[in-house]
Amino acid sequence: MTLATIAGRSVHVNDEGFLTEFDEWDEALAAELAANIGITLTDEHLAVLRFLRADYRAQGETPTLRRVATVGGFDTKQLFVLFPKKPAKKMSYVAGVPKPVGCV
Amino acid sequence: MSQRPPVPSFDDDASDRKLCLICSKGSLDMAYPGLILANAALGEGIETHLFFTFWGFEIINKKTMANLQFSPVGNPATHMPTAVSGLPGMQAMATRMMRQQIAALDVPPVPEMLDMIHAAGGHLWACRMSADMMKLTRDDLYPGVEGIISATDFIELSAGAQTLFI
Repeated sequence: MTLATIAGRSVHVNDEGFLTEFDEWDEALAAELAANIGITLTDEHLAVLRFLRADYRAQGETPTLRRVATVGGFDTKQLFVLFPKKPAKKMSYVAGVPKPVGCV
Repeated sequence: MSQRPPVPSFDDDASDRKLCLICSKGSLDMAYPGLILANAALGEGIETHLFFTFWGFEIINKKTMANLQFSPVGNPATHMPTAVSGLPGMQAMATRMMRQQIAALDVPPVPEMLDMIHAAGGHLWACRMSADMMKLTRDDLYPGVEGIISATDFIELSAGAQTLFI
C-alpha cells in the first residue's frame, strides 16, 4: 500500500493504483481517476459509481457486472459504452472499491 | 511520502486477443463452462465467438434452452453407484439439485446467460450441418444467434483466435 496524491490530497492506493480506503473517495477524486484511464465523467457514470459504492457498503463486496445490471438496473450494453472494454474493472477503479471477484 | 499514483494498466491496446468457444454438449453441466468463459472474456474486452454444434444446439434451441438436464449416469465424479444413478427420477432430481446450486451462486439460468453474452457484444453462431440434421431454422433458435454457418465459415472467422472445444 502506498500513499499517493490525487486531486490535491493524500490517499492510500495499492500496487495497481486502486484506492484501498473506502472513505477517502469523493466525486472530485473520481473525476481524476476516470481521467487517468481516459474517461470523462458524466452524470451517467456517476449514477453507476454511486450504485457500486452503495452496494459495496451494504454487501461488503464489489458487485459484479451482472449485479450492476440486475440489481442496479443499468443496461449492460450501456455499461460497455461508459466504461469501454473492461467495464467491471474500470468502474470499480473509478468508484474506489476493489475489483469484483465473482465469476459472473 | 506522497507520490504520483500508479494507474492500472487495463491493456486496452492489447485488444487483438480473440476467443472462439465450440459448444458441442447439450447437458446442463456442460453448457455452463462455455457460457461462463464467454461472459468473462467479454468483460475483459476480448472479441468472443461461440459456435454451437451437435448437442450444443440444446443451448440455443428455444424449446430446450431453459430445460437442460444433468444426468449422473456414467459420471464417476458424482460418486453414486452406477446402478443407482440410472434409477427412474434420478436425472430429474440431480438436475433440480444442480439448478439450485447454480442459482445459489447467483449464476443465471442458460437463457439469461445468453442475454448477458449477447448484450456484452458476444457473437453466437449455429452449425449448418447440425441445423440440417435436426431440421431447425433461425426461427427455432435464440434470437441473438447471428447466423447458421458452415464448418468452413467457422474456420475462417476463428483465424488467429484461441479456440476451445467444449
